[in-house]
Amino acid sequence: MCLGIPGEIIELIPGPADLATVDVVGVRRAINIGLLGEGEVRPGDWVLVHVGFAMSKIDEAEAAATLALLTGLGQAYTDELEALAESDIT
Amino acid sequence: MTVNGAAHPSREEQVLARIERARRRRPKVREERITLAHGAGGKATRALVEAVFVDAFRNPALEPLADGAVLDVKGGRVVFTTDSFVVNPLFFPGGNIGDLAVNGTVNDLAVCGARPLHLSAGFILEEGFPVAELRRIAESMAEAAALAGVQVVTGDTKVVQRGKGDGCYVTTSGIGVLEREITLGEPTVRPGDVVIVSGPIGEHGITVMVARGELDIEADLASDTAAVHDLVATLLDAVPVRVMRDATRGGVATVLNEIAQAAGLTVVVDEAAVPVRPVVTGACELLGLDPLYVACEGRFVAVVDGEYADAAVDALRGHTLGEGAAVVGVVEEDPAGLVLLRTAFGGTRIVDMLVGDPLPRIC
Amino acid sequence: MRFIDEYRDADKARMLASQIRELCEPGRTYTFMEVCGGHTHTIYKHGLEDYLPEAVTLVHGPGCPVCVIPMGRIDDAMAIARRPEVIMTSFGDMMRVPGGQGSFLDAKAAGADIRMVYSPLDALKIARTNPDRAVVFMGIGFETTAPSTAMTVLRAAAEGIANFSVFCNHVTIIPAIKAILDSPDQRLDGFIGPGHVSTVIGCRPYEFIAREYGKPLVCAGFEPLDVLQSIYLLLRQLAEGRAEVENQYTRVVPWDGNRRALEVISQVMEPRPYFEWRGLGFISHSALRMREAYAAFDAERIFEVPGVRVADPKACQCGEVLKGVLKPWECKVFGTACTPETPIGTCMVSSEGACAAYYNFGRFTRRRIKETSRT
Repeated sequence: MCLGIPGEIIELIPGPADLATVDVVGVRRAINIGLLGEGEVRPGDWVLVHVGFAMSKIDEAEAAATLALLTGLGQAYTDELEALAESDIT
Repeated sequence: MTVNGAAHPSREEQVLARIERARRRRPKVREERITLAHGAGGKATRALVEAVFVDAFRNPALEPLADGAVLDVKGGRVVFTTDSFVVNPLFFPGGNIGDLAVNGTVNDLAVCGARPLHLSAGFILEEGFPVAELRRIAESMAEAAALAGVQVVTGDTKVVQRGKGDGCYVTTSGIGVLEREITLGEPTVRPGDVVIVSGPIGEHGITVMVARGELDIEADLASDTAAVHDLVATLLDAVPVRVMRDATRGGVATVLNEIAQAAGLTVVVDEAAVPVRPVVTGACELLGLDPLYVACEGRFVAVVDGEYADAAVDALRGHTLGEGAAVVGVVEEDPAGLVLLRTAFGGTRIVDMLVGDPLPRIC
Repeated sequence: MRFIDEYRDADKARMLASQIRELCEPGRTYTFMEVCGGHTHTIYKHGLEDYLPEAVTLVHGPGCPVCVIPMGRIDDAMAIARRPEVIMTSFGDMMRVPGGQGSFLDAKAAGADIRMVYSPLDALKIARTNPDRAVVFMGIGFETTAPSTAMTVLRAAAEGIANFSVFCNHVTIIPAIKAILDSPDQRLDGFIGPGHVSTVIGCRPYEFIAREYGKPLVCAGFEPLDVLQSIYLLLRQLAEGRAEVENQYTRVVPWDGNRRALEVISQVMEPRPYFEWRGLGFISHSALRMREAYAAFDAERIFEVPGVRVADPKACQCGEVLKGVLKPWECKVFGTACTPETPIGTCMVSSEGACAAYYNFGRFTRRRIKETSRT
């Protein structure tokens, strides 16, 4: 229900408005980072942007883990199935 | 599967058939007032044009609703077209309303196969509009005309009261000659043909949207506005072409739908093959837009016989304006009148005509 | 694009699809609801159903904030928008939604000053630059969007911008899910959970679904592989006889959500005793209104609105579609009287509404895959 796009924090904009510039493949916009914890994001961090606000900091380790799982899933699951099939036979 | 295995169609299939019948019915204008959707180039525009203008002006030259009308005159065939420009802002990265107005009309003539010759220019100016800006617009028009090898030979100027216009509107009409012994048009399209776009799509529409400043986004973007007559000539010299369309308002998706409907065939687009610059993809993701529906001003769609696909793309890529040309799809027989997209993810979906304006969405 | 392209990989999709097929018990069918309209959009936009076996059916849930706004509220917004001193601001999604007296686009054509914004902060900017006009922001959306509206109100208060207000239509997801679970015709096997709402509320609020209703929920991301993987995880839970809340979208969703965002919401807004949902009727504590302390920014208090309940058009079966009882094409008016150009129900308006998504993208997907599987 809510379009959220990953963007990279380019710079924090000084001032009371809690703003930062994000880059989405070359498209830049000032967004509000006030919904994140104080000092939670720095330039180079990736955030999820929704209606001009950073909603969440993207966890790069978790992102890699999900992909690794997707890649590894095939093999692990095939092995498991084979084991299951064998145990059924005996 | 067993449920649907019977010879008669399933209920879902019956519903889908009913929808297709409804889609083929003559469009109606239901609104009591003109909305912005009527100018967006999609279904509403089509409905308005058919229900109001075609109804009033009905004649064989108008009815194909091509980018221009092909007319038989003594000694040859001419192509005649007209286009109005109301772009806001008037000046944007890559161009302004002036060169846009020249290129737009030149391109409409070019994709009809004609060599563009003469243009008219009508200006509707708002009281208070700076003369310096008008001069800049006129200078851009002159430059664009020189580049396209056309002359602006007649014109008109009207001024409306302050608040009754948006600074400056321009209407250009153009005449070109059809010198080649060719007949272009949707009826010539056959299953097995390929669909080519002449370059990366969506740059003009996104540039203008960003330049308006309302969305507060910045991007290294420039309009793709350019006269494509020379690129078209290069293509026509290289291979036989079935039909070409200028992919302006409503974007490539709208043009493909018009081709599919007029030809009574299907266009199957390969999403991964559609050239889109990364920054345009980024802006579209951020705003929830689909680049297939975003306007171009210097790109066209061409349909050629499948056996000429490589030759056509090679010819286009040999020209500076066609470096990004690519085969994006094929023409198939069934389901008639639809555009399907094979998604990069490996699925299939419909690409329908644009409904209303492409509005940025948050949901 | 980083964090997007890698989750659209067709090879990984094929692999997941084969595992999904293997997890399906012969003769058994599975019905999952994707709660969120964003998922509906993803499913259709990428043609994801082409990867699913016939045994798996996806039902499109109520998580489209535009689709669930009742006609009466749109008429109220229109009454505000038509006042000469008002500039109404709204997300693009809202512009075409029909109320009893047309849509925002119609009102705009008839002279109302209605402007589209990308962010509530843009609406605040319009207020700043138009001090002689009353700028109203049409607040719509679930918990994902509510903090942005609340934060904007806090900024307006801090800057003393007195000509800004919010017409608050924010809704909350849990009561809607509960209403669906309690509906007698519900036949769901599990839920694809709303990923972006969960960035705010976290995964804990869904635990009752597993505990009390015995149904699994997997909180899912919005790229097609995310959705496919979530379906795989749901099937695996069912195969192993589990019913739990799992988080597939760990790169974005912390288990405990965003505490700061929840605080901002509850500082500015409070639950309404009840709120009408299009098609679902009145659901208690399912929406937010502005707190008394922020009355100065509450358009409902500032302007008089008719507040009249407008019945949904009789022919429209949006309610059944939103509950997942009917597939979009099973609705009586689908695709003939009700189309994206002339929507009768809200599900046909928003591009993530179940009907519009099916009409625009999906109509041929299943049929074509059936044809190819026969040959």
